[in-house]
This record gives sequence, C-alpha cells and structure tokens, in this order.
Amino acid sequence: MSPIALSLTLIFVLIPLFLSRTLNLGLEKDTVIATVRSIIQLFAVGYILKFVFDSDSYIYILLMIALMIFAAVHNASKKGKAIPGIIWKITVTIIAVEVLTQGILLGFGIVPATAQYIIPISGMVVGNSMVLSILFLNRFTSEMDAHRNRTELILSLGGTPKQAVHSQLTDAIKASTIPTIESQKTMGLVQLPGMMSGQIIAGADPVQAVQFQLLILFLLLTTAVVSSILLGFLSYPSLFNERMQMIRQTNE
Amino acid sequence: MTTYQPAIHFKDVRYSIDGKPILGPITGSFPAGRITTLVGPSGAGKTTVLKLCNGLLSPDSGEILVQGHPVESMEPTALRRKVGMALQDAPMVSGSVYDNLALPLRLQKKELSEADAVSWLEDVGLSSEYLHKKATELSGGQRQKVSIARTLVNRSDILLMDEITSALDRGSRREIESLVTRINEKYGTSIIWITHNLEQAISIGDYTWVLIAGELVETGESRILEDPTDERVRRFVKGELK
Ligand SMILES: Nc1ncnc2c1ncn2[C@@H]1O[C@H](COP(=O)(O)OP(=O)(O)O)[C@@H](O)[C@H]1O
Ligand SMILES: [Mg+2]
Repeated sequence: MSPIALSLTLIFVLIPLFLSRTLNLGLEKDTVIATVRSIIQLFAVGYILKFVFDSDSYIYILLMIALMIFAAVHNASKKGKAIPGIIWKITVTIIAVEVLTQGILLGFGIVPATAQYIIPISGMVVGNSMVLSILFLNRFTSEMDAHRNRTELILSLGGTPKQAVHSQLTDAIKASTIPTIESQKTMGLVQLPGMMSGQIIAGADPVQAVQFQLLILFLLLTTAVVSSILLGFLSYPSLFNERMQMIRQTNE
Repeated sequence: MTTYQPAIHFKDVRYSIDGKPILGPITGSFPAGRITTLVGPSGAGKTTVLKLCNGLLSPDSGEILVQGHPVESMEPTALRRKVGMALQDAPMVSGSVYDNLALPLRLQKKELSEADAVSWLEDVGLSSEYLHKKATELSGGQRQKVSIARTLVNRSDILLMDEITSALDRGSRREIESLVTRINEKYGTSIIWITHNLEQAISIGDYTWVLIAGELVETGESRILEDPTDERVRRFVKGELK
C-alpha cells in the first residue's frame, strides 16, 4: 500500500467522527483514542515482528509468546475473580493449550518451525484460549450460582464435590465451546474468515489460503475444547474446602 | 443398650458468618431413636443446626458428636450418608422421579432397581405411575415427597428434616407424619425435624429444642411447649416472635 493510500484510509475514521459530531452521539473522544491506539499498537507489533523474523532467534520467539500469554492471562483473570487462584489456573490452561498445539504442529512437521508460522498461529491460539477462558468462567460461575441448592443436595446425599459440580461443569463447558463449533458450520458461507481474506488480498492463492484457514479452524476446535475442560477441572476444587463444604463466596 | 448415648450431641458450638455470630454457644443433645422437633422463629438458626449435624457446615468452635464420634473425625461422605437430610426447598436434579430416587446410590456407583424405587415411592404415598414423570413437572407437595423418599434411600441412622411438610396440604402432611413415625418405630431411626407448626411439633415430637436468635433457650419433652416457663418461649408460642 502506498503512503498516500494508507493516509486515505483515515477517511473511514472521519466519517464516524463527522456523524458523531452532527448527531451529538458523543463518540468523538473514544473514536480518536481508538484510532491513535490502533495505529501505534499495530505498527509497534509490525516492527517487532519484523525484528524477530529478521533475527531468526528462538529466544525472541519465546519472548513474544510469553508476552502474548501474559497479556491474555491479565485480561481473562479480570473476569474470574470469584474463583480463588484464578490467575495461575488460567496461566496453566493457556500454556498447556499452546504447548499442545505447537507440539502437534511442529512435531508432525505440519508447518515449518519458523517465526513466520509460530508467532501468528500462537497469537490465534492464545487469543482464542483467552476468550474461551472468559466465556467458560462467566458461564461456570453463573451455573454455580443458579444451582447452589443442587450442589448442596448432592453433597448432602453423600456425593463428592466433583459429583456435586458435574452437571454445572459440563453445562458450562458445552455452552462455552458451542459458539466455536457453530461458527465453523457457516464458515465460508456467511463470512470469509479474517485471516483468509487478508491472505487473499495480500496476493496468496485462494486455495492455499483455504488450506491454512482449515488448519486454523481445526486448531481452534482443539483450543476451545481443551481450554474450557482444563480450566474447568482446575477451577472447581477451589470452590470447596477439605471437609467437602462449599466455600462461601464473599460478595464480589 | 446399657449406656445412654445421644444420636447427636452439641458442646459449646458456635457458628458465625463473616464475623457475625449466627449460633451459640449451644450445648444440648438429640436423643437416639426418638423424634426431636426443632422450633423457633425464622432466622433463628434452625437450618444452620441441621447443616452442622451432617457436616455441610463446620462450627467455629465447640464439638459435635455423632453417635459419640467427633464429626471431624468422620469422612464427610460417610457422615452425610449416616446423617441424611431432606433440604428445605426439596431441590431436584434434572431427569425423572426415578433419576432422583436413584441419585443417592448412583453417587456410590450403584443402581436402584425399579421395584425398589416403586416401593420407596409408595412409602411416601405416591403411586408407581410417578416413577417416570419428569421431576420438574411435580407439584410442590409431590416434590417434597420425592425428596423425602430420596433421603430414605441412603438408609441413614439419623434423619434431618427441614420443614418438609410446610408446602403440603393437611392430608399429605398427615401421610408424611405417619411415615416418619413409622420409620422411627420400625428402624429406630433418630429424627430431627424442623417445623414452624407448633401443634405438629408437640404431636409428632418426643423431644423438642426451642431456638431463638441463635440461642438454645429450651429443651425437653415436647409438651414443654404447652405451658412454657421461659418468658421468650412463652412469647414465641403465643406468636409474638415471628
Ligand atoms: N449464606 C448466608 N449468608 C448470610 N447469612 C446467612 C446465610 N445463611 C444463613 N444466614 C443467616 O443465618 C441466620 C440463621 O439462618 P437459618 O439457619 O437459615 O435460620 P432458620 O432456618 O431458623 O430460618 C439468619 O439470620 C440468616 O440470615
Ligand atoms: Mg430454615
């Protein structure tokens, strides 16, 4: 893209600014902040990626991935405060999913072990694992709240904490992974996935773009299911004490 | 037979929530093999007492003995099977009435035969046609009956009943009362029964605890309620404490 063309894309920022001003929507400030932040952040990432690709060093690749995981955990743990020790549980989940998926991709030689593949794919895996963790935690805490008396019932009949949370846990796992599975059914019909669109615009062969997109879709299936199951099994025990009693959650 | 041992004994038991005292200190016994009714205004701590008995809650201090053994020395699932509880709102798990009756055994990886399930149902005055109904389609009274039957499946030595007849009409209430009396007589099961119905507390109970604002103000034969000596109990019986 030429510098002039790039500058002209700002027209797409001016249109909402103009409309917001004339209709008194009050969106100007947030629009400007969002625009400036996205320009700075994306260029920063672009130059960092260029540096990492050029240096061709695994240290920098690992550093990049660590940074992504750190940001993802920070973001996700803000949503799961009701569960004790949630930060390390999300950290373990995301790292495990990243290691599993990269292990399969690189171990079987599905993609080459270069920064060009490892970093963007890790970004998608870590990002999706984060979103799934948030979805799962929201769903799980609300299931537990809604079915407190069912949990108590099973404990009172001599069930273990695992038995007492089983249906709430599986409901939350299903509910949080269904959107990922459902969206794949309409993939290509309703929308072209972002990554594939980007590749095609950048000049890649559409069929090859499709192949990579399939790889990503399948990868995200594993990411979704493994993330919510792992996080589920890591988080439920901290809702109970060693006497198999529900720990009271102090009001938020 | 020779030495008298209470089913459950509380010794200086205290319980609080977030630093706010809810119960105690409470010292008292629930006699073995008898029906003890537990009465008191709402919010007095009656449900809390039951949950302390089966280990759903632990006291802040003091000691609770079940058949002479400190509760904390017992494995929680074993304790809860020995001391069964019918919860106040009779929660159901999703599925049929049969699924709910089979639940206590399924939790131990065992199965309940349909014939046994039917006989439990008949014990609480429900016919076999209810067996495959969805639990969510039951009326309040039917749900209470299924909840009681489900608690019986564990064949506990001690049964805790939390306002199990409050939602029932007079006829169903009588059925449940005679059922519980029958279980008490036939198996020698010790029963602790929370009720807000004083008439019921006297007629069904051998023994009674009166709990007011977290304090055990009176214990004794159930007829203490007929002519209470303690001023607070007198006011409670007259309906002045709600
Ligand atoms: N989860 C809880 N959070 C805060 N307070 C509670 C909770 N459970 C019970 N309480 C308080 O403890 C007291 C005793 O409750 P409870 O044992 O249920 O009384 P009862 O069964 O006699 O009506 C009440 O004042 C109630 O407000
Ligand atoms: Mg109560």
